[in-house]
Amino acid sequence: MLEVRLQKRFSPSGDSAGFELSAQFQVGAGTTVLFGPSGSGKSLTLDLIAGFSKPDGGRILLNDRLLVDVGTGVFLPPQQRDCGYLFQRHALFPHMSLRENLAFAATSLPKLGRHRKVNQLLESFRLTEIAGRKPNEVSGGQRQRCSIARALVVEPAVLLLDEPSTGLDTTLRHEFYEILARIRDEFAVPVLLVTHDLEEAFILADQMHVLIDGRIAQSGSPREILNQPASAGVADLLGLFNLLPAEIKQLDPGANRSKLRWNDVELEGPYYPARLLGDRVTVCVRRDEISVTPKMGKAEKGSLVLKLEAASETARTALLHFAGGLIVELPLEEFAENRHHSEWTLRFPTSTLRIL
Amino acid sequence: MDYFPLVLSLEVAIAATAISLVIALLAAWALSFLEFRGKDLLDAAITLPLVLPPTVLGYYLLIVLGRESWLGQAWESLTGSPLVFTPKAAVIAAIVHSAPLLTKYLRAAIESVDPIYIKAARSLGLPEWMIYLRVVLPLCQRAIAASAVLAFARSLGDFGVTIMIAGNIPGKTQTLSVAIYDAVESGNASLARTLVLIVSAIGLLVVWVANRMNPPQALRS
Repeated sequence: MLEVRLQKRFSPSGDSAGFELSAQFQVGAGTTVLFGPSGSGKSLTLDLIAGFSKPDGGRILLNDRLLVDVGTGVFLPPQQRDCGYLFQRHALFPHMSLRENLAFAATSLPKLGRHRKVNQLLESFRLTEIAGRKPNEVSGGQRQRCSIARALVVEPAVLLLDEPSTGLDTTLRHEFYEILARIRDEFAVPVLLVTHDLEEAFILADQMHVLIDGRIAQSGSPREILNQPASAGVADLLGLFNLLPAEIKQLDPGANRSKLRWNDVELEGPYYPARLLGDRVTVCVRRDEISVTPKMGKAEKGSLVLKLEAASETARTALLHFAGGLIVELPLEEFAENRHHSEWTLRFPTSTLRIL
Repeated sequence: MDYFPLVLSLEVAIAATAISLVIALLAAWALSFLEFRGKDLLDAAITLPLVLPPTVLGYYLLIVLGRESWLGQAWESLTGSPLVFTPKAAVIAAIVHSAPLLTKYLRAAIESVDPIYIKAARSLGLPEWMIYLRVVLPLCQRAIAASAVLAFARSLGDFGVTIMIAGNIPGKTQTLSVAIYDAVESGNASLARTLVLIVSAIGLLVVWVANRMNPPQALRS
């Protein structure tokens, strides 16, 4: 278990604005993802844990061993931290063969068993055949496997990964995800992975911490975070939501119902505890949870008819942009059949109207 | 023509370059990798020989290494001969002349190594000295070789410090640069011309070799 509480301040200078990291979170077994936009302090957090940079405040505990405690002046050098670190650019020593890279890492292990350990890992990561080659003589995937094998040589207590799949093509990326699953199951090393890729976070994370502007905005499983973003900032970052400014017009706890007004449109949601009539709130609706059909004949009661302003297509879905900034996501085939319609009927299932 | 000054100069330059390299590798490591009190002072002290007049440096060395000094007497009791006004003093003069510049070159070279490799090695638990010897130095070996070649050329060319502490004893401590001065002073124009051409040719060759070694931009002449 890695327990992190960190503060680091950068005062504004020249053309760079100031920044303050103040984060507290835990990393347990399995894969923990630190998710956030660029400039949110993700990589800085990893550097502080690995010991490449000094925090201004806080403490870090790894399996009850104190790595950093600013209060009492404890600051272990990176060498004594037991934190494996995987770099985006692999950082294999270019003047050494793959085997030498692993053997060099193994020099900090007891002499007995060094050789066996290196062979075992080369074998385990399918590198034995090419172990004599230099990093620039092997493929990107092999380099990646070698850098992971090298990090595991010293049996780290936690593995830190800094945007490890940036720049990888889809095949390599999936190979990498399989390796990460092996690290979790076979080697049982807890992993803390930094990424700004939402899809990656969902594939890999057992636990996820959302970092925005140097602060943990939300922690939980990816599913939990997607189902109930803690703030507009988180919902905005996930990029899958409509955020609608609205006013509470009616609250009915008995019928578990409420009415909201957004842009002269009345929406029906569930009862919101601890809210008052007249409260101004932000309604958060996932793009794919709004049901939308082309308007045929007369509009039904309780539904909303909006004009389609623009549409954009991704690999699997179409994004429909409606008046008022509302975006709805629709399976591509469904949109293809109806793309000529200009007016559409929208329905908001009651349970999908979360308020922030 | 007497080849003694040429041979002595080459011997002195080779010895001085080897010793300077060891000193500069240690100093560059301390300045780039270690955090300690007085680091700025050490940096300034290493730069000082580059800005002080050679006669001033020679004067200091005479005080520190002369026959009356504590170091000079210790040396004499150990080896049975004085240190100053010997070829060994010429080596020391050449070291003082070349080690500071070599330290600056090496510092630039080792700081040009991508820090990602150093971070990776640290996270693997490897001690700092091993990272320096087995990661940093091999990764900038071409720049180190180029710097050593330039340091060799510089060792070859010292005049001021050499004449202060090694003197001008023909057949014993008279190096190329001192011999040129001597030839001009005594009106031997043809000898002066020959020696000047030899020194220029060696200098040109050395700079050409150093540039061929493809050092980082900062070290190019």
